[in-house]
Amino acid sequence: MTIAISSLTKRFDQTAVLRGIDLTINDGELVALLGPSGSGKTTLLKIIAGLDWPDAGGLVVNGQDWLPLPAQKRRIGFVFQHYALFPHMTVRDNIAFGLTVRPKSERPSKTAIAAKVDDLLGLLQIPHLADRFPAQLSGGQRQRVALGRALAIEPAVLLLDEPFGALDAAIRRDLRAWLREVHQATGSTTLFVTHDQEEAFELADRVVVMGEGRIEQIGSADQIHDHPASPFVARFMGAVVELPVTLRAGRAEAAGLDARMLERRAMADGPAQLFLRPDAIALDADPASPWILSHKASNGAMIRATLRRADGTEVPVDLLRHSAPDLSLGTAYRLRPLTGAVFPLDGVAQNDAPRPLPILKEKRQ
Amino acid sequence: MIHAAAPVRAKRVLPGFTLSLGTTLLYLTAIILIPVLALILKGAEIGPARFWAIVTAPRALAAFQVTITAAVIATAFNAVYGLLMAWVLVRYEFPGKRILDALMDIPFALPTAVAGLSLTALFSANGWIGQFLEPQGISIVYTIWGVALAMAFTSVPFVVRTVQPVLEDLDPAFEQAARTLGASEGAIFARVVFPQILPAWLAGCTIAFARSLGEFGAIVFIAGNLPMKTEIAALLAFIRLEEFDYQGASAIALVLLMFALILLVVSNRLQAWAMRFKGI
Repeated sequence: MTIAISSLTKRFDQTAVLRGIDLTINDGELVALLGPSGSGKTTLLKIIAGLDWPDAGGLVVNGQDWLPLPAQKRRIGFVFQHYALFPHMTVRDNIAFGLTVRPKSERPSKTAIAAKVDDLLGLLQIPHLADRFPAQLSGGQRQRVALGRALAIEPAVLLLDEPFGALDAAIRRDLRAWLREVHQATGSTTLFVTHDQEEAFELADRVVVMGEGRIEQIGSADQIHDHPASPFVARFMGAVVELPVTLRAGRAEAAGLDARMLERRAMADGPAQLFLRPDAIALDADPASPWILSHKASNGAMIRATLRRADGTEVPVDLLRHSAPDLSLGTAYRLRPLTGAVFPLDGVAQNDAPRPLPILKEKRQ
Repeated sequence: MIHAAAPVRAKRVLPGFTLSLGTTLLYLTAIILIPVLALILKGAEIGPARFWAIVTAPRALAAFQVTITAAVIATAFNAVYGLLMAWVLVRYEFPGKRILDALMDIPFALPTAVAGLSLTALFSANGWIGQFLEPQGISIVYTIWGVALAMAFTSVPFVVRTVQPVLEDLDPAFEQAARTLGASEGAIFARVVFPQILPAWLAGCTIAFARSLGEFGAIVFIAGNLPMKTEIAALLAFIRLEEFDYQGASAIALVLLMFALILLVVSNRLQAWAMRFKGI
């Protein structure tokens, strides 16, 4: 199923939740919608599911306009953030629900339904839980049941809302690998929402980064890491170091900065902002640099060094402990970024600090 | 180093557990246990043969029959109407919703005698509503329908107020999930929503039924209290008491008490069954 989304907009009262979304998802693709909360990713997912409606825009799936189609007719599998398993039904009945609820003429026979449920229980690796109620399951088991219930109707599109949001880190990793397998086995077009970069990059073929109702960037993990398309993406990807620099011939220059490893940018000379991740900065001793090592701490694997300039600006740097040079406090070091992104100042200002939601404003008054 | 096993107790949030429990038990004993016990002892004084004679006397049997029949009618009506009312109050937004919500408590707040009087005035042959019903051959006042009407009036909030919070807490994701799985709106209600509010609804209906069995004030005005026809059990007990027939009064009261206890047990069983999926 190919999903084509065009100029989708949606407002809740005064707040624009989606500000024009254009996105095409190819048949069989596994796509992640990544963004902080309030970026509109869940709303977009619900619109695709038919549980919410846009104010304007188009949603076309395999050439068919889906907007007038009720959720019941879209044949989508939706996995809710908190699973929404029917508490009064056993695991078996939950999974069979989408089949037993069909009108008599389309409903498979009881034995066919039972066989289908058994198949899914096997795929989900939970056949021993068939007769339990959701209250008797752990979070990871509920997640599997929720996915099984969605898969039972052989959905054309599988949508997952923060599928692993409520689980422990270890179970998350397990389920992630397993979801990838399930996706390969079923081949259904899959779209999932997450705020966890690691999850998005590990699972998805393509990652769609969303911020404040807009798509900020679409790409693979490496592309988004190395070439963030906007200051928003750079910050979201963990580029917490922001340094004012001067661009000369496409290269960033500042005192105590050695940016030779960064690619030249086709941007006009002048002031700009450099975005760096603490783990993508190397340090070289340089008495002429204004950056003085003021603090260092080790967590065993990494050393976190803090460099301080006379004006109070601090730059955190994460170095692998075994390959890091001997650092001594009070010494001056030059920053040598390995990767980084440069944006012109006006672009930074425009996207500076997320706008507060009107609701928050009202509360403050 | 060896630590002595020092007994460590978790601190209770409320201080003075003994005192608070003691007070509660004392109060419970004084207000519920002693009167019930007195009633049972009083009934036991009578002796089984005499007791049986009192409660199976034609007038008493008729009173029980009227009480139970009317309570069944009233509860059946409230079961449907109360559920509908709770649904409307939770699921829809409309002007005046808060007022309607507040009105729901009037049967609780209104003195039952006032309710009985106003219902009688409304439904009597020349009342606002009664004048239209009477020519159709439908008489409410001084019939068992009047009894049922008064019972329904006083007990409907029990259903509404027990179902309402449960319905409010029901996660909309359940219905959304059912919708994405292809369920029609009717199927969503029957298979997803209703089973989840069933325990509360059963509880509400049982309390409404129990309340109807014991209702007195509202009914005596509208029922006409004709022995063998529209005389309810609670009134018969009252009449016996007025006649200084303490034994007769307590025998009838004891039967009502038994009904109430049976109802409590049935209600608990039903709820346990309806909530069987919640346990671990």
